[in-house]
Amino acid sequence: MKKYILKRVAMSLATLLLITFVLFVLVRIMPGNPFPSERMSAEQIANKRAELGLDDPVLVQFSRYMANLAHGDFGKGTSLYYGAPIKTVLGQCISNSFRIGGLAIFIGTAVGLILGITAALNKGTFLDAFCTVFSILGVCVPGYVFLIFLQYFFSYKIPFFPYFFDSSRFLFSSVMPALSLSLFTMSTVARFTRNEMVEVMDSDYVHLAESKGMYGNMLVTRHILRNALIPIVTVLAPLIVDLLTGALVVEKIYGINGIGKLMVDSIAGEGVDYNYVLALGILYSALYIGIMLIVDILYGLLDPRIRVASSEGGDA
Amino acid sequence: MEMNENTILKFEDLDISFRTNAGVVHAIRGVNIELRRGETVAIVGESGSGKSVTVKAAVGLLDGNATVNRGKILYRYKNDDGTEKVVDLLAMSKRELRTTINGSRIAMVFQDPMTSLDPTMTIGKQIMEGILLHKRGDKAFAHARALELLELVGITDAEKRMKNYPHQLSGGMRQRVVIAIALACDPDILICDEPTTALDVTIQARILELIKDVQDRLGLSVIYITHDLGVVAKVADYVNVMYAGKIIEVGTVNEVFYEPKHPYTWGLLAAMPDLETDDDRLASIPGSPPNLLHEPVGDAFAARNAFALKIDEKAEPPLFKVSDTHYAATWLLHPDAPKVEMPKELQTRLERAKKEAEKYQ
Ligand SMILES: Nc1ncnc2c1ncn2[C@@H]1O[C@H](COP(=O)(O)OP(=O)(O)OP(=O)(O)O)[C@@H](O)[C@H]1O
Ligand SMILES: [Mg+2]
Repeated sequence: MKKYILKRVAMSLATLLLITFVLFVLVRIMPGNPFPSERMSAEQIANKRAELGLDDPVLVQFSRYMANLAHGDFGKGTSLYYGAPIKTVLGQCISNSFRIGGLAIFIGTAVGLILGITAALNKGTFLDAFCTVFSILGVCVPGYVFLIFLQYFFSYKIPFFPYFFDSSRFLFSSVMPALSLSLFTMSTVARFTRNEMVEVMDSDYVHLAESKGMYGNMLVTRHILRNALIPIVTVLAPLIVDLLTGALVVEKIYGINGIGKLMVDSIAGEGVDYNYVLALGILYSALYIGIMLIVDILYGLLDPRIRVASSEGGDA
Repeated sequence: MEMNENTILKFEDLDISFRTNAGVVHAIRGVNIELRRGETVAIVGESGSGKSVTVKAAVGLLDGNATVNRGKILYRYKNDDGTEKVVDLLAMSKRELRTTINGSRIAMVFQDPMTSLDPTMTIGKQIMEGILLHKRGDKAFAHARALELLELVGITDAEKRMKNYPHQLSGGMRQRVVIAIALACDPDILICDEPTTALDVTIQARILELIKDVQDRLGLSVIYITHDLGVVAKVADYVNVMYAGKIIEVGTVNEVFYEPKHPYTWGLLAAMPDLETDDDRLASIPGSPPNLLHEPVGDAFAARNAFALKIDEKAEPPLFKVSDTHYAATWLLHPDAPKVEMPKELQTRLERAKKEAEKYQ
């Protein structure tokens, strides 16, 4: 297991390095300029390019970038936030997005699991049908539509929750966006859990456990849940990344200074801010790779078929 | 509840249907089976004839869309205080069944050992689980008992195997583990649903021997499901031949093997592979079993029966008595029916088999 984890970590780091390089090159050959070029003279542009070292060969630029990155320095914005260090700006955005995203993941997973388990245990009844309808709705209705709906009822009609994000009342003003963001995860987890459980409940090994005399909660916790949850870990991983990296529209609508909003700003501003695009790209990739790594390790812990790799059975 | 002294399990007029999207499937149509203490009763028949559904009804494992229309499954057992009791398993709640019957009194071995063990639990835990569940002792006792069981079913290295997960064992080993699980709480009855079908031929024979061996040693009563008549001859005392949800012939092994009366049984016997003849005339039964979405009119086997009579299309034959232990549901046994003998090829073959068997008596 230790060797397996080490191998996976090394592979993850290599992947991340490769992705960073590809991103770095791509950003540079992208059309557009890294600064508000329409308001600048040709001379100003040339000066700025020289200042940023953009005229050096790509490999030279890349090694410089990596050297800085090694010290945790993402450089400065080329057009955004008047050239403030990216680390500071990004830190603030990450904090907002992660906290709201984390809340959304928690709500989505917990409620989704409860819904899915309830539906599976009551297969074919009203509860099951309700869960199915809810899942379809939750997957179809975008989170921001739900957010607007919440805003209308709980900020406008009944002024209980704030209309916009307010970092001084963090938890309170996170409720509505987190709830909206969790909807998709909730539905996906609910539907998946239900289907997995139903399948496991009809498996031979559950029948064998029943023929031993297992029933009720004991049967569910010892034999059904564990087997049903293994594949759920896989669906959950990309959903978590999505939520952590913020949702563009929800952040925009609710006025949250998060990663999603930053991403939009860095591309759709007056100039394409090379360093922000790059920093965010690396962040997304790192998160994704990191979570996949955790999933793989978790998988190994949950599923003995992966943990105990070599089979050593004899004959009958 | 009426039941012979020696009878331990009795299916009485069992009738089950399934609700499906296509309509109601009448899978079991009035089944009677009797199992006596210490004996082995085989149920044979083609795929889909209702063998599994019949026994699943006895252990509370029927699918959610099943309805029991009629019938009883009577079970006689000794209470802890030594008094005998007869219960109807179908009248018991799931919970009652699981706590007092499943595993502790009636245990089951399933067809596919590759899928019948929980992949996320060590086999040791899976064996100990039932022992702890039925409160036969503490953890240390369960552990010792599990080791003893693994040795009983012929697994060497038991201590090490306890910590293995199912995927680390071969198919034959896994079926041994399943048998160990079934025996964990000293049940009275062992139900084996095609326990060797999924295994290699050589391993089949060894698992079969194991089941016979533990039956003798522990005095179990066994219901053995198979579609392999060759297996039946080796294990069973009585044979029930099932077709389209009904028992169409029942008798002792010798009666069903050497003097079969039902054309369907003839067909099954004729389809048995035979080492000594490569006779192509002995082939499988033509056609396929009826779809029980539609209630069959007359004899369900008529359409595939080369010996069908006019009456087969109108009325379902009752079980005609051949001897005290031998019955068959075919109009050919009616006193007014024309005299029809089993095919010549089959007859010679059965006679040869009989002589062969007598040599070894
Ligand atoms: N849950 C269910 N819903 C609908 N029909 C079912 C269900 N379970 C069983 N059946 C039907 O009942 C009939 C008997 O099935 P059963 O599994 O008992 O056959 P079997 O004799 O055990 O066959 P095999 O040798 O293939 O195991 C089949 O026609 C099957 O289609
Ligand atoms: Mg079956």
